[in-house]
Amino acid sequence: MRATCVSLWLTLKGQILRVFVIVLTAAAGTSCRSASPRGVEPHVPDQARDAPPPIVQPGAPGEPSKVIAVDKATDLSQVEYTGADIKFMQGMIGHHAQAVDMVALIPTHTNREDMRLLGKRIDLSQQDEIKMMQRWLEVRGQQIPTPGAHRMHGAVLMPGMLTPEEMEQLAAAKGSEFDRLFLEGMIKHHGGAIAMVSDLFNTPGAGQDVEIFAFASDVDADQRMEIDRMGAMLNAILKERQQ
Amino acid sequence: MRSTVVKLFCLSALVACVVIEGAAQQVPAVGTIDQRVGLKAGFRDAGEAAKNMEHVASLPKPEGFFDPTAPAGRGSPPESQANANGRQNAPNTPPTNPPGPPPFDPVASNRLGFTNSDLAFTGNHVIVGNYHGFNTYDVERPNRPKLLASVVCPGGQGDVSVHGNLLFMSVEQTRGRLDCGTQGVQTPVSPERFRGIRIFDISDVSKPKQLAAIQTCRGSHTHTLVTDLNDKSNIYVYGSGTGAVRSAEELAECSGKDAKEDPNTSLFSIDVIQVPLAAPQNAKIVNRPRIFMDTASGNIAGLWQGGNHGEGTQTSRLTNQCHDITVFPEVGLAAGACSGNGILLDIRDPKNPVRLDQVTDKSFAYWHSATFNNDGTKVIFTDEWGGGGRPRCRSIDPPTWGGDAIFDVVDTKDGKTLKFASYYKMPAPQTEQENCVAHNGSLIPVPGRDIMVQAWYQGGLSVFDFSDTAKPVEIAFFDRGPIDAKNMHSGGFWSTYWYNGAIYGSELTRGVDVFRLKPSEYLTQNEIDAAMLIRNEELNTQEQKKITWPAASAVALAYVDQLSRSKSIQPERVRALKTALERADALRSGQDRNAATVRDQLDTLAGQFEKDAAAADGRDAARLRSLAETIKARAARLRA
Repeated sequence: MRATCVSLWLTLKGQILRVFVIVLTAAAGTSCRSASPRGVEPHVPDQARDAPPPIVQPGAPGEPSKVIAVDKATDLSQVEYTGADIKFMQGMIGHHAQAVDMVALIPTHTNREDMRLLGKRIDLSQQDEIKMMQRWLEVRGQQIPTPGAHRMHGAVLMPGMLTPEEMEQLAAAKGSEFDRLFLEGMIKHHGGAIAMVSDLFNTPGAGQDVEIFAFASDVDADQRMEIDRMGAMLNAILKERQQ
Repeated sequence: MRSTVVKLFCLSALVACVVIEGAAQQVPAVGTIDQRVGLKAGFRDAGEAAKNMEHVASLPKPEGFFDPTAPAGRGSPPESQANANGRQNAPNTPPTNPPGPPPFDPVASNRLGFTNSDLAFTGNHVIVGNYHGFNTYDVERPNRPKLLASVVCPGGQGDVSVHGNLLFMSVEQTRGRLDCGTQGVQTPVSPERFRGIRIFDISDVSKPKQLAAIQTCRGSHTHTLVTDLNDKSNIYVYGSGTGAVRSAEELAECSGKDAKEDPNTSLFSIDVIQVPLAAPQNAKIVNRPRIFMDTASGNIAGLWQGGNHGEGTQTSRLTNQCHDITVFPEVGLAAGACSGNGILLDIRDPKNPVRLDQVTDKSFAYWHSATFNNDGTKVIFTDEWGGGGRPRCRSIDPPTWGGDAIFDVVDTKDGKTLKFASYYKMPAPQTEQENCVAHNGSLIPVPGRDIMVQAWYQGGLSVFDFSDTAKPVEIAFFDRGPIDAKNMHSGGFWSTYWYNGAIYGSELTRGVDVFRLKPSEYLTQNEIDAAMLIRNEELNTQEQKKITWPAASAVALAYVDQLSRSKSIQPERVRALKTALERADALRSGQDRNAATVRDQLDTLAGQFEKDAAAADGRDAARLRSLAETIKARAARLRA
């Protein structure tokens, strides 16, 4: 690296002035930095001198393309998160938090190993998603629901959520009666999350934020599959109870 | 006077160099600590560490592709360490609320709206996809990339591929519009919305024109071009959609229902699009193959059902989608990284891919992408644990999670199967402020070895050898410090690919970087020179093409270096060969006086190496054979 610069300098000494200036500008701007870029601002390339090419916006298929200004190119004001997006995230936190409450009952209420496994899985995924949603809201300076808010008297129940009475009923049950109530409840609960996603995408302007779009897509796919699996478990439990 | 001024300039340039070098030496390289640990944070001035490679250019994103009020994007506070590796349960405590709701801040949203994404190459041009469109750079001089065109056409992820004058681009988000507008689509059902694969005519590179836009139910998260070796009039595109399925009111036949509820669901398939090259505007979906079907029961949801693999194992996503597919038409195979599974497909009939094998892995959260070696006998699958937006390379994260799983493609009596060999994860621990996990990479065309350069988001890039699938070895790396010391900003490399002698990296937030490899104990100058000989007219990393090396001295010497490394070649043979090759290279033509002598020497040596090959085994035997072939072909050139 030092050798590069010294040899460059020596070479430069022999050149005529015009070449000096041109080469040196390039050297100061490029060679030294490119040779050892640690902690160095990236070099400003030819475009510092040449104007950047215009920003082109194509038209619909078959339509001509046009040149647009930078402020128009970066205008995302129409695809920002909306009130519906915020409500979706806030509501889904409470929704997920109830799933965590339900799952917390499993270790003391069931005798089945597959129920325990199911519980762990739901617990992990819902806790992880709650964190993601909290962060989404925090970054955007929005109100984050407090942990117990969904349990408060008069709290608005999101689609599929169990009523306080249903929660009490679940907590009072044991063994296979608990398993049945849990699975029925969680299937309804997950169905509610799918309905929330569907409502979100059916709300004008909502779901266009990049992160919301990805998250809502995942919730939809994951919960559908889990409903399927819980349905199979429920059938098995009901069959066993009949015998 | 002028002369003095110039000398002063020169001196200051020299001083600047020395100062820079001094600063570079402060980067911690103490004892056994990896140079990548403890790099200074910064958007444009982060600390950098490089080993066995040179960072030759760095170009920030052009105007129109970043938020002018926040060029480094918006950060978010680091996630807590509890529950970070997904195995411990943390109490459900939210972060403290900020004091009172601040006024609505439109730019704070859509922090990912301008993310740089995948790369495609054609001639001297690199095309850098972006959630917001794409940028084309001239890299005739790789150390001086020059922006040729900026094209705004939002919709993410902006995965790009190129075929002749056609540029293909993936669109998945609900904000995508047929007319490339930035205003999004405000109504839930709209003919203006576009999610799928766009085709642009780039014959005028500075003013691309949209030719076609093929709507798909889930949009296109990624796509892969597939050449039909028996049909030159069409090219195929495998579209992989991972997003929510749109309603049938917007696009007929779309259904987001589960497989049991609706056998015609848009989930559990990929889109196969046929593009007539004479009339690309007529491109259309020709198949939605059920490649996850359980062939015995006919259940289209026949692969991984989601969930973990037992106590202490990773939770793998259910397989109702492929995230990305890499095809290798010349070997008739594709490797699909499909959510909860890695799958191997027979694609000899590109319209009708047939699944040959599928694997799961107890460490994989989300099968993300795949890369074959040049023989099509090995596959590297990557795991995008955490989705790419989260720090998953911290010291507390398991080294087998969020990395690569390397498989051998093994021929059995039941056909080709995938056999797990080992994991590879970029080895340097990263901070809480750096989103990091395995991501996209490509082969580096070194003959006789399987080498890949791979992006790890803010974990930088890592070059590694997987010739021995059981023992991958890191050869070179580059890494920057986090964008911000306190908050996590999304950044780092999406893709790092080798193209015509240089490594190009698309940095989510910082722009484009270019690197050159440097010789080291792990890679010789001859091996690099041999790789430099491979020149492509076009490169789409997800469509692999067989690399064949010319009969050049550098190629022969690359094999020699590898055989010397494993002490499988006699030094006097090496000396004789070097002399003969030097003499061959010194000849102006086959008509030269000495041509016949040199030719005979080379042929004799080739014969000796063939004999040596017969007595050797494994990779040494293969290298000796390749060496003999290269020498013979080099000798044959002297006859011309």
